[in-house]
Amino acid sequence: MIMETLLTPTLELDKEGYLKNPAQWTPELARDFAAKANIVLTDKHFDVLNWLRAKHAEGVPLTIRKVGASGLVDIKKFYELFPGGPLKVSSKIAGIPKPASCI
Amino acid sequence: MIDTLEKPDVQLTQEEKQLKRVLIICSKGKLEDVYAALVMANGALMEGIEAKMFFTFFGLEAITKKGADHLHTATVGNPAFMPAMPTLLAGLPGFEAFASFMMKKEMDKLDMPHVTEFFEMIEAGGGEIFACKLAADMFHLKKEDMLPQVKDIITVGDMYALAAGDRTQIIFI
Repeated sequence: MIMETLLTPTLELDKEGYLKNPAQWTPELARDFAAKANIVLTDKHFDVLNWLRAKHAEGVPLTIRKVGASGLVDIKKFYELFPGGPLKVSSKIAGIPKPASCI
Repeated sequence: MIDTLEKPDVQLTQEEKQLKRVLIICSKGKLEDVYAALVMANGALMEGIEAKMFFTFFGLEAITKKGADHLHTATVGNPAFMPAMPTLLAGLPGFEAFASFMMKKEMDKLDMPHVTEFFEMIEAGGGEIFACKLAADMFHLKKEDMLPQVKDIITVGDMYALAAGDRTQIIFI
């Protein structure tokens, strides 16, 4: 299932596996990406993912600090939801480019 | 002889693994040095790398309740800072405070958190912050003088224990 979705010829991923076109994102696809990172998505995850997608669409550069100030999750919870580098992992699952932030 | 030469290079076949842990030692109390330590520790956590911080000597200023958000940059003895500025002028009263204020303003523009908030972020990300016992004794600092994120005051031996295990790097500032 995971491979099938990810290998769908219309989906283009960059070298590191980030979705090239955020418009191709679906919640189903998010679940597949999450499964690859050993994460089972809950509503809370989707709140964050939708927030990230909305901010990315607005052209806001994303940082962990901004996620912490979003009112959805604090930074600690963000690390818990997306272990192993929360901003990178969540961006990949949200179908947006790899974050280019140092903070 | 030929056998030896033809042995495959094992190193080339080994898979590259990400760092597991960094220990960042901060021995300086200048704004830019402390920020370098904070950015690197937080950056490690953002990549899924464990981060420990050890503050010693003047670096202790960064983890005191009184000093953390009032760090300065040095305007004298810092040739890269405004190279055209004569040392005597750079040493005038208030100049260092002004320069530090301007630098903090630029940092705000980049959405860089203040020192205490940075420590909160690092703690939230699972990072651990320690103070050096010898330096704390020397400066007469106690745990209650320090930020709540400081986990403990430890010896140099304990500090090395923090960096145990392979794929660990120690960074000294």
